[in-house]
Amino acid sequence: MTLVAPSPVQTSPVAPARTSSTLMGHFEAGLDAPICLTWELTYACNLSCSHCLSSSGRRDPRELTTEECKAVIDELQRMQVFYVNIGGGEPTVRSDFWELVDYATDHQVGVKFSTNGIKLTPEIAQRLAASDYVDVQISLDGATAEVNDHVRGPGSYDTAMRAMQNLADAGFRGFKISVVCTRENIPQLDEFKAIADRFDAQLRLTRLRPSGRGADVWDDLHPLPEQQRELYDWLVAHGEGVLTGDSFFHLSAFGSALPGLNLCGAGRVVCLIDPIGDVYACPFAIHDEFLAGSIREPGGFEAVWRESELFQRLREPTGGGACASCSFYDSCRGGCMAAKFFTGLPIDGPDPECVRGFGEQLLAERAEDALPKPSGDHSHRTSPPRPRGGAGPVPLTLSVRRPDAPPAHACAESPLAGFSPTTTAAGCACGTDH
Amino acid sequence: MDSIRLDATLTVHPRVSIRPEPFGALLYHFGTRQLSFLKDRVLLDAVRACDGTRTLAQALAEAAVPDAQVERYRRAVATLVHSTMLESRPANEVAA
Repeated sequence: MTLVAPSPVQTSPVAPARTSSTLMGHFEAGLDAPICLTWELTYACNLSCSHCLSSSGRRDPRELTTEECKAVIDELQRMQVFYVNIGGGEPTVRSDFWELVDYATDHQVGVKFSTNGIKLTPEIAQRLAASDYVDVQISLDGATAEVNDHVRGPGSYDTAMRAMQNLADAGFRGFKISVVCTRENIPQLDEFKAIADRFDAQLRLTRLRPSGRGADVWDDLHPLPEQQRELYDWLVAHGEGVLTGDSFFHLSAFGSALPGLNLCGAGRVVCLIDPIGDVYACPFAIHDEFLAGSIREPGGFEAVWRESELFQRLREPTGGGACASCSFYDSCRGGCMAAKFFTGLPIDGPDPECVRGFGEQLLAERAEDALPKPSGDHSHRTSPPRPRGGAGPVPLTLSVRRPDAPPAHACAESPLAGFSPTTTAAGCACGTDH
Repeated sequence: MDSIRLDATLTVHPRVSIRPEPFGALLYHFGTRQLSFLKDRVLLDAVRACDGTRTLAQALAEAAVPDAQVERYRRAVATLVHSTMLESRPANEVAA
C-alpha cells in the first residue's frame, strides 16, 4: 500500500514514521468501513494443521447459505470494502465457492483467497489466471515436505506444490505463498524465497499466533528470541518485496519500523466474519471475548462494524498500560492483542514475544489457570482425519423385509406385527391421528 | 516519477475506486490490487478534478490548492501516476 501526501516530509511513497502522521490517529479511531476484511467461509477443512487459527475441521451446520453470503457481498459493495481475504477452513470445499467468488468480483469486491491447494486443478488455475479481480494465496509452512507436513499433515506439501505448479503453468503471476513463521521454518527463509521466485510468486510471511489450535503448539513452535532477530533482519533486508500482512510490528522495537501500518487494526481497520456470520475483532481472535455481533442480526454487518460495543471500545485511545513508559512503545504499540489474550497475558501489557523479553518474564510468572478456555472448536474428532475415498465406498445391501415374513425370533417381534390399518375397520385406539 | 508536468491532462484509471474518508480517501486499484491513502481532502478534490478535461494545473486550481503548495501537490499526484492510479491521457482516449 502507498501513502500519498502533499506534505514535504512524505515525498517517498512509503509509510512515514508514526510521529509525523495523523493518519494513524484516524485508523486507531476506526473507519466507517474496514480497509481489509477477512471472511472465513467454512470451518470445513481436508487438513488438520496443528496451528489452525480457527480450529477448523468440521463444517458448522449453521454455516451461512449462498444467499446470505451474497447479501454480505452486497453490503460490502455498498460500504466500499474493496476486497476481502477469504479463508476457512478450506474455502474451496464449499460447493458454492466459485459462484461466490464470481458474485463478489461482479460486485466490485475483489477476492484474495487462502487455500491449501486441494482444489487447484489445471482447469481452475486457468480460470483464475484469467481474472484480474481474484488473487490466490497458497499456504506453505515448510520449504521442505518434512518441515511442512509436520505442521500441516502428510501430503500437504505435495498438494501445495502441485497447486503452485498449476497456477504457474496457467500463467498466474504474482500469486502469494503464505508462510506462518515457526521455530522449524525460520532457518528456511531463503528457501521459501527461492520457491516463490521459481513460481514467479510473492512470498508472504506471517506470525504464528497462539489462537485456535495454535494455543496447543505455540510453546513448541513460536520462534526463539534469537530467531525473532534473524527474522527481523531478514525482513528489513527484503523490504517491500516480501509481504507480512503487518504481522510483525511487535518486532519494530529492534530498529526501524517494517513496511506496513504498524498498528493493531482489530475492530478499527480490520475484522473477521466467521462461517456462521459472527463478527470478530480480527482473524486471530475467534473467541467470545472478541465477538462483536452477527451479520444475521438486524442491521447486518454494517451495524456491527459501526455500532458494536466491543468495536467502540477498541477504537478508544489506549494509554499503553504497563508498556507506556517503555521507550519502544511508539514502535511496537504493545504488540498483538490476540497473542496476549491467548497466552494469558494482560491486554495492556507486553506482547508474549516482546523483543525486550518482558513477555517471557510474564509468561514464566503466569498462574496455572491463566490460559483462556477455547470458546469454539471445529477440529476433526480424529486427527489426522480419516482419508476420504481412499478406502473406497462401503458396500451396503439395501433390502426390504416382507411385512408378512416371520420374525427371526420371538424378541424381534414388533408389538404391531400383523396389524394393518387397511384391514382393520376400528383403526388404532391410541387416540392420536396417525 | 516527478516527470508529470502541470500541463498534463490526467484521468483516474477506470479500474480505480475512491472511498472518501475523514482524513482524505482510500484509493484501490482493482488491476494492480494496490491500495493508496490520500492524506488530505484537498488532494482528494484534486484527484477528482482529474477527469480528463483539465490540465493538472487546472485540477489543482479547481481543488483550491494555494500557489505556494502547487509543487507539493504536483509531486503527490506524480506518485499516483507512477502507481497507475491516475493516467496521463484525456478522457476521450480512455479505453472501454
